[in-house]
Amino acid sequence: MNPLLPFEWVVAIRFLREGRMQTLFILVGIAIGVGVIVFMTAMLAGLEQNFLKRVLTSQPHVQLLPPDQIARPLRDIPGVIEDPVVQRPSQRIISIDQWRKIVAAARAMPDVAEVSPTTAGSVLASRGDASRSVTMSGVEPETYFNIVRVPDYIVAGQPRLTSEDVIIGTELAKDLGASVGDKLNLRAASGATRVLTISGLVDLGNKSANQRTTFVALRTAQSLLGIIGGATTIDITVRDIYAAETVAQEIEAAQRVEADSWIKTNAQFFTAVQAQKNTNLLIRVFVALSVAFGIAAVLVVSVIQRSKDIGILRAMGTRRGQVLAIFLVQGGVLGFLGSLAGSGLGAAALVYWHAMARQADGSELFPLILEQSLFIETALLATLTGLVAATIPAVRAADLDPVVAIRG
Amino acid sequence: MLRLEDIRKSYNVGLPSQTEVLHGIDVTLQRGEFVALIGPSGSGKSTLLNIIGLLDRATSGRLFINGKETSSLPEHEITRLRGHSIGFVFQYHLLISAFTALENVMMPMWSDRRFASADMETRARELLGEVGLAAVAGNKANNMSGGQQQRVAVARALAMKPDLVLADEPTGNLDTASADDVFALLRRENTRHGTTFLLVTHNLDLARRCDRIIKVVDGRISP
Repeated sequence: MNPLLPFEWVVAIRFLREGRMQTLFILVGIAIGVGVIVFMTAMLAGLEQNFLKRVLTSQPHVQLLPPDQIARPLRDIPGVIEDPVVQRPSQRIISIDQWRKIVAAARAMPDVAEVSPTTAGSVLASRGDASRSVTMSGVEPETYFNIVRVPDYIVAGQPRLTSEDVIIGTELAKDLGASVGDKLNLRAASGATRVLTISGLVDLGNKSANQRTTFVALRTAQSLLGIIGGATTIDITVRDIYAAETVAQEIEAAQRVEADSWIKTNAQFFTAVQAQKNTNLLIRVFVALSVAFGIAAVLVVSVIQRSKDIGILRAMGTRRGQVLAIFLVQGGVLGFLGSLAGSGLGAAALVYWHAMARQADGSELFPLILEQSLFIETALLATLTGLVAATIPAVRAADLDPVVAIRG
Repeated sequence: MLRLEDIRKSYNVGLPSQTEVLHGIDVTLQRGEFVALIGPSGSGKSTLLNIIGLLDRATSGRLFINGKETSSLPEHEITRLRGHSIGFVFQYHLLISAFTALENVMMPMWSDRRFASADMETRARELLGEVGLAAVAGNKANNMSGGQQQRVAVARALAMKPDLVLADEPTGNLDTASADDVFALLRRENTRHGTTFLLVTHNLDLARRCDRIIKVVDGRISP
C-alpha cells in the first residue's frame, strides 16, 4: 500500500484493477478516441501548414498598390452638361506616390516582418524566333527573397539578380528553349529592350506561374518600364499570417495606397482552411463525447456492481465526499491512461501515414508535426472528460443509502 | 452506553401506504454488555439495528450514544460518530474483495486518516493475530473460507476501538464449527476490551449464551 496516495485514490485504483476486463475495454475505447483526435489534429495541422507554406512563401502577405485612377469630371461649370456616364479610365502602370516613406512606415510597424518594393509589368521575352508575353517583377533580392522564397524554388542556376540577370520560370525556359547562362531579350510595350542573362530557373509549383514569371533587379525593371526610381507595388510579410488583413487595413487607413491581404486575395483558400479547422473541432467534440459516454456507462455499471462495497465503506465511516472522490478519480484515471495510450496510438498512426502517403512527385504530403503541446492538451482534455463523465455515477454512488447498498 | 427512547420507524411517510414497523422501542445497553437481539423474520430487528448503527434514522424518538443525542446531528457528524464509535459485522459480503485481509482491517482507520501509516498496519496485524489469522494477512477475500472472512470482519469492526459492535447474523452463513469459533471470538473480544456487543441472531442456542436477550415481535420489545 502506497502511503503517499490518499485513501480515495487507492480504493479507486483497486476497483479499476479488480474489474480488469471492464477497465481494459474502456481504456481501449478511450485510446482509440484519443488516437483519432491526435491523428486528425496533427495531420490537419501538418496539411494546413503545408498549404500555408506553399501559398504564403510564393506571395506576399500584404501587397500595397497605387490607388485606383479615377476620372474626375468637372462639375458646376455654367454651360457644361455633365454626362451621366463617367467612363473608368484605363489604369496606367504608375509608381506608388512617396513609396520610400510608405516602406519606412510599414517597416516600423511591430506586426510587419519584411517590406520590399517591386516594380512589375508585362514585357515580351524573346529568344531567337520564340517569344512569350511574361510578367516581369523587378525586385530587391535581399528583402524580396525573405517574402517570396525564390531561392527555395530554384531548380537550376543561382538565385542571383544583378542588373544583368534574369530568373525565369521552368515552363518559360522550356517554351523558349533556354537554360541557365543563355541570353534573353526583354522588350517593354514602350519599345525599350534589355538583353539579360538567365541566372536561374524557378519552379513555383504551378504551371501557368512557371510560364509567366520572370524576376529581374528593381533598377532593370524600372528602366525597362520607364518608371525611374518608382515602385508599382510594395510587398509585405507579417509575423502572424492571420493578422494580415488587420495590418492591411491599418496601412490603408494611414497611407494613400490600396492594401490587399492574402486573406482577401485568397478568400476561397482561407475559407477552406477555416472549414478544415471547424471540421476538426467538430470531430474532436464528437469523439470526446463518445469517450465521455463510454466512461460514464462503465462507471454507472461499476457503481451498481460495487454498491455493497460502497455500503460497507459508508458503514465504517467513509464520508459521502470520499465515495464521490473514489468514482471521480476512476473517471480521471481512465481518461488520463486512455489519453497516454491514445497519444501513442495516434503518433504511431501519424508516423506510418506520413511514411506511406506521398505526393505525385514523391515528396511528403504534409510535414510531421508532433508538438508536445498537442499531447499535453489531449491528456488534459481526456482527463477532464473522464472527470466530467464520472460526475453522475459518482453522485449516484455518494447518494447510495448505506442500508439499501449493504442489502444489495 | 446506548439508550433508545420511544423509537418509531415508518416507511412511505405522508403517503397512503405509510407503514410503521417499529412502534416505540425503549432499550438501554450498558457498557461491556453482550446482548442478543432475536425475533422472527420481518419483526423489525434489522431496522432497529440500522437505526442503532446510525445507518438509518428513526421517524421519531431519541437515540443516545455515550450520552449524546444523535437524532438531530447533521450527516457528517453522524458519519464521524459511526466511524469512531460503532463497528459492524454483516452476515453476507463480509470483506471488500479488491483488498487483502490486512488492508480490510486497516480500512476504517485508513478511511478516517486518509493516508496509510505504519501504526495502522501494526494495529491491523495485532487484530489479525487476535482473531488467529496473522498467517493469511496478505490473502484476498476470495482466497479465504467463510469463517476466515468473518473473523477478518470482526477484526475490522474492532479496528477503531469502538464502544459498540453491531453484528447482523454474524454466524448465519457459517457451518456449526465456524459459527462457534466466531461466537467465541466475539465473546473473547467483549471480555478482553469491554466492548459492548449487540448480536442479531436466529440461533437461540447462541442467544442463550449472551448476557441478555432482547426480543422484538411485530416492531415492539417483547417481554
